[in-house]
Amino acid sequence: MSTISENSVVARVQGGGGLSALAATLQSALLQARAKLFDLLPLIVALVTLLGIWELACRGAGSSLPPPSRVVTDTWELIIDPFFDNGGVDKGLFWHLAASLKRVAVGFTLSAITGIALGVLIGQSSLAFRGLDPIFQVLRTVPPLAWLPISLAAFRQADPSAIFVIFITSIWPIILNTAVGVRQIPQDYRNVARVLRLSPLEFFFRIMLPSSVPFIFTGLKIGIGLSWLAIVAAEMLIGGVGIGFFIWDAWNSSLMSEIILALVYVGLVGFLLDRVITLIGNRIAGRKVG
Amino acid sequence: MTHPYLSLENVGMDFRVGGRVFHAVTDVNLSIDRGQFVSIIGHSGCGKSTLLNIVAGLTRCTAGGVILDGQEVNSPGPDRAVVFQNHSLLPWLTAYQNVRLAVDKVFGSSKSAAERHDWTLHNLRLVHMDHAVDKRPDELSGGMKQRVGIARALAMEPKVLLMDEPFGALDALTRAHLQDTVMEIQTRLNSTVIMITHDVDEAVLLSDRIVMMTNGPSATIGEVLTVDLPRPRRRLDLSDDARYIGYRASVLRFLYERHAKPEAA
Ligand SMILES: Nc1ncnc2c1ncn2[C@@H]1O[C@H](COP(=O)(O)OP(=O)(O)OP(=O)(O)O)[C@@H](O)[C@H]1O
Ligand SMILES: [Mg+2]
Repeated sequence: MSTISENSVVARVQGGGGLSALAATLQSALLQARAKLFDLLPLIVALVTLLGIWELACRGAGSSLPPPSRVVTDTWELIIDPFFDNGGVDKGLFWHLAASLKRVAVGFTLSAITGIALGVLIGQSSLAFRGLDPIFQVLRTVPPLAWLPISLAAFRQADPSAIFVIFITSIWPIILNTAVGVRQIPQDYRNVARVLRLSPLEFFFRIMLPSSVPFIFTGLKIGIGLSWLAIVAAEMLIGGVGIGFFIWDAWNSSLMSEIILALVYVGLVGFLLDRVITLIGNRIAGRKVG
Repeated sequence: MTHPYLSLENVGMDFRVGGRVFHAVTDVNLSIDRGQFVSIIGHSGCGKSTLLNIVAGLTRCTAGGVILDGQEVNSPGPDRAVVFQNHSLLPWLTAYQNVRLAVDKVFGSSKSAAERHDWTLHNLRLVHMDHAVDKRPDELSGGMKQRVGIARALAMEPKVLLMDEPFGALDALTRAHLQDTVMEIQTRLNSTVIMITHDVDEAVLLSDRIVMMTNGPSATIGEVLTVDLPRPRRRLDLSDDARYIGYRASVLRFLYERHAKPEAA
């Protein structure tokens, strides 16, 4: 990386006139692209190898799984047009993913807010910690889908139930990590706040949040991952539009290729969600050292 | 009759550790006049920080009380600014922002935003840190961090400035620089200062009075030495000044002869 930027600086310095400056910019862009490609090379090699093995293994006529080439040809319609909408659940993959993401957005937002608040509570007050922590420790081990019957019984509707499952699945790591973050605030910072007579609200925004942001975001990252795991499973059971139900539906129609395509999307979206939270966290925590 | 500016009256501190009571500090009486520079010296663990935290209001004493400018101290506040041993700057704020936070808090209603900006810079200039206002603590050296910590404390215009081993973690050269800075500022602002130190030379160089504490448990003031050296003081001139050497010797005698730390012997 450093050699690349050095090169481009050198090129820029040498290029006096307009044309040579352009050439220099082009050259540095090229160098940068080459460096990117070089970074991605191992990934490309791994992907090609894996796909190759899969293709070879599933090529035979009696294979129960389609090879990648078949997956692509089978689902070509779905791949090139993710936006179609024939009413009901017969929609493009974009709509299914959007419906799932919307549930995750609502459920995760609720759990982030509640989770941070509860985390601050048990992080600040040892009384609350002793009262609530054991309960949280037990509840957090309950598998996501085990909550579904209860939430269906309570809400009597598919959508709120799914959202509740996301909420209850993702809240524990947020609570527990926030609490750790709050408890590790150095006594020195608390003393500074006391000498300055910061109000509780000022303390929260000026000291507590910035100091525990890395911990909170660790919790949020685990939480969003769990949300995404939970929503796919919950949607399989509750039906309606959503990527989980899409997979279930494809299974019932024995459309293996569609399931595989959906899995690729689920994986990519999950990865993106994780990246987004990391990015936001880095943005905010950029002002903080470890 | 006139009252001293700051007085500690029969201050005692008991800690309850696992059901047992530990008498850390007992019967501390001390009066400090306005503009005086007082150091507290004593062996490790004798209760210096405890005493300073009581004056700061960060710890409530279990006996006696502290009166500052006619008012009893019972909670922390910016009129008793503290410079902590490990600077305790907020790492997510720049040097400027660290000082500005204090300035905003203390002068939020009495100064305009522009005045607070100027006041922040003024205090950073006092400690010779105006060249690094936009640096974060992790980009600053130990000495620079401590300077910003001092600027933050000074910016609160405290009635008394409390410093807990402010230079303890610094190398000898940096320490000397900072001592000079503190001396210069103290003379200029006529601040009232209590400083904890382990360093005998530092105590004699900076102080008007040196409070020497006996060893704990039940530590108390063993002796108070008045350092009668003219200011401004220059370390080079003093190094072979007879009075300076005498003061130095009497602190050393107190620490290592009469109150040598038993387990350190
Ligand atoms: N919160 C506390 N609970 C119990 N004991 C304490 C507490 N704070 C201090 N002590 C005890 O009180 C005594 C004095 O502690 P203090 O920190 O004031 O010493 P010090 O003189 O500042 O030491 P040092 O020079 O090492 O900083 C020590 O024996 C310490 O163990
Ligand atoms: Mg101490």
